[in-house]
Amino acid sequence: MPDIKDPLLVMSGIVKQFPGVRALDGVDLEVLPGEVHCLLGQNGAGKSTLIKTLAGAHQPDEGVIRLGGEEVRLTGPVAAIRLGISTIYQELDLVDGLSVADNVFLGHEKARFGFTRTADAHRAASELLTRLGHGEIPPATEVGSLPPAGKQVVSMARALSHEARLIVMDEPSAALAHDEVDNLFRTIRELTAQGVAVVYISHRLEEIREIGDRVTVLKDGRTVAVGLPADTPTREIVSLMTGRDVEHVFPARPAPGSHEGRAEVLRVEGLSVPGVFQDVSFAVREGEIVGLAGLVGSGRSEILEAVYGARRASGKVLVDGEPVRGVSSAVRLGLGLAPEERKAQALLLEESVARNITLGGLARYARLGWLDRGRELADAGRQIDELGIRPADPGRPVRTLSGGNQQKAVLARWLVDRRRLLLLDEPTRGVDVGARADLYAVIRRLADEGIGVLLVSSEIPEVLGLADRVLVIRDGRNVHESDARELDEHRVLDLIMEGSAL
Amino acid sequence: MNDTRTPPVGKLPAPVRTLRDRGGLRHLGLVGALVLLCLVGLVTRPDTFATSSNLVTLLALASTIGVITVGMTFVIIGGGIDLSVGSVMALASVWATTVATQSYGPWVMALCALLVGTATGAVSGLLISYGRMVPFIATLAMMAAASGLAQRLSDRRTQLVAPENDAIVALSTTRVLGLPILVYIFAAVVAAGWVLLNRTTFGRRTYAVGGNAEAARLAGIDVRKHTVLLYALSGLCCGIAALIIMARTTAGSSTHGYLYELDAIAAVIIGGTLLTGGRGTIIGSILGLLVFTVITNLFILNGLDTSDQLIAKGLIIVAAVLLQQRTANTG
Repeated sequence: MPDIKDPLLVMSGIVKQFPGVRALDGVDLEVLPGEVHCLLGQNGAGKSTLIKTLAGAHQPDEGVIRLGGEEVRLTGPVAAIRLGISTIYQELDLVDGLSVADNVFLGHEKARFGFTRTADAHRAASELLTRLGHGEIPPATEVGSLPPAGKQVVSMARALSHEARLIVMDEPSAALAHDEVDNLFRTIRELTAQGVAVVYISHRLEEIREIGDRVTVLKDGRTVAVGLPADTPTREIVSLMTGRDVEHVFPARPAPGSHEGRAEVLRVEGLSVPGVFQDVSFAVREGEIVGLAGLVGSGRSEILEAVYGARRASGKVLVDGEPVRGVSSAVRLGLGLAPEERKAQALLLEESVARNITLGGLARYARLGWLDRGRELADAGRQIDELGIRPADPGRPVRTLSGGNQQKAVLARWLVDRRRLLLLDEPTRGVDVGARADLYAVIRRLADEGIGVLLVSSEIPEVLGLADRVLVIRDGRNVHESDARELDEHRVLDLIMEGSAL
Repeated sequence: MNDTRTPPVGKLPAPVRTLRDRGGLRHLGLVGALVLLCLVGLVTRPDTFATSSNLVTLLALASTIGVITVGMTFVIIGGGIDLSVGSVMALASVWATTVATQSYGPWVMALCALLVGTATGAVSGLLISYGRMVPFIATLAMMAAASGLAQRLSDRRTQLVAPENDAIVALSTTRVLGLPILVYIFAAVVAAGWVLLNRTTFGRRTYAVGGNAEAARLAGIDVRKHTVLLYALSGLCCGIAALIIMARTTAGSSTHGYLYELDAIAAVIIGGTLLTGGRGTIIGSILGLLVFTVITNLFILNGLDTSDQLIAKGLIIVAAVLLQQRTANTG
């Protein structure tokens, strides 16, 4: 058991000061060999800074780091790797155009006199992949052709190739589907069984319960709990993270069936994209939140895109009886999309909050193309107030906002003029627990004002808690539809998994 | 250009900062460089540099590439690049000075130059947006094709502007308040470009398309149409530049505009516009261009070799970009 071992890593009293911000203000962390140690905290709590300190990317201003009992100084990424600390970031740093083996040994290639020894590299990469329980990945495959889960395994193999004793994983499950996460966990267990310690960061508490041994909670750059057992009740962990008790995360819903008499905002009939989803039909009424539940790759995001006119599809999409023909017509008819990849698909990161908010309705502020910037700013300001975007500074680059506030800015874009229907794809991805409740309240309030909402989320409790009605999508087909209150997580999982290979 | 007014909303904190505001500091560096260069001119050539005739020459020189630079700024902020500007200008000048076109008089000549430029630009834009070609490749192809077409139309001969169409040449010879008309055309293009970029939906969409094309598309902006318009705009600028060079040289020729694309791109980059798109200013580009023009002028006045001039230009591009990276990292 872990508790009889000496700790592998001890960080104590780590302080890191940035201009204007004390990002770490006395953080302690203790990791035992062979354990999965989870790091929890809201956005801005200091997790990223702490990881970067471990990776050698930041130098702490104060504090001591001991590795295997010896005090070490992680003067740079190379020093950290040499000491056996490997970090796998959210954006995997793999080269898509190179083979699996090339990626594993990138920077320390198997070579003699500068000539690469491909056969050696392949053999060695195969060994490492087998150690991770993934001997089936051919070392000659191009990494770009692997699914996200496969890429993650390659990253871990690379860490092993550096003889890592400690692997830091930053939200490794964020890009993975449900069954892929199980696979990830198996791989992590292979690692820990060989004595490698893992520092695991995730927003999903249920994962932490499943894979984690112990938990350290950060808040405002400080450690508020060190090495809690992973089965500490959720309520307790959340209150440590937020400093308050969170009981009702989801806002109250109107009574079942209360939308029945209301007008249909959206009607989808026989919508199909060959090879992605087939013959999907449903409707969304005014003021109703309809959730699409399904695995990543089941076609849910693609359904949203097709409804929005961003993806060619056969079948009918009618908004208030009018057909949608492409994105521009969707926007004109009153649709708004908050896409899955907020930063890549929705935001102009370098631009101000105000400009991001008004991007969708620019024509509103223009006469013959000429912008009325006073009105533009006034509208942006009103949205900032109404949605509670913080900091309330319309001129601040949107890049500097937290995930939750960025998401609110995306929502605000569609609220400057009257919308009929919002399409929300993973609205709380990368948003911390405290800010989620806030976002849920905003979404429900918009629905109460009469806007229809079509919601996609990987987190089943979110769909069940927020939506009025739920559609379950499996392999591109709508396999179930019912009131959200008639379902629970197990039932939805059964529906999602039924008939699939597992 | 910097909007530091308090927004007309009660609770919001003043003042509103935009990215454009921070660009002001960068411009300060360019203005400093320009002042420094002028001082060098005053010291090394006190007799000739500050004379009105030299300043007029300088501005006339800047006008041709300057107009092209305005179009190039739009294209680069919009996330593209236009390598064809030099040869498109040459083609426009040749087409406008053929015997057939000249027979219709100066107005038709001018219209012809603008139309040829705009149409060629639009073709590049169509290839890029609907043909899904990389801007570099599409405009490289256009650069070759337009140049070839210009040679074929003119039989590689210089086509003089006929005496009855002297109104074109008058753009260079007629002076208002001491400056030739073409300098006013340049100024008007810069002003119009600035307004278009900073005060209209077209400008705002240009930043959006260059900054994040996918986000722009999903926000309901017709990215492909906008791309066509951007290259058409660059082509229109080439047409205007063709008029200016016809006025200055009294001729249309397939050799006009040789390597202008490099000067224009360099000016835009020195001016602080990101080659990856999404950020940049017209003012910066024009300052960058003026720095280049003054250097050329100084080298000529001091009787130095043109090869040294090229070396100096190369060094300036490197220095400007290194400097920008430093300010970007610290800011």
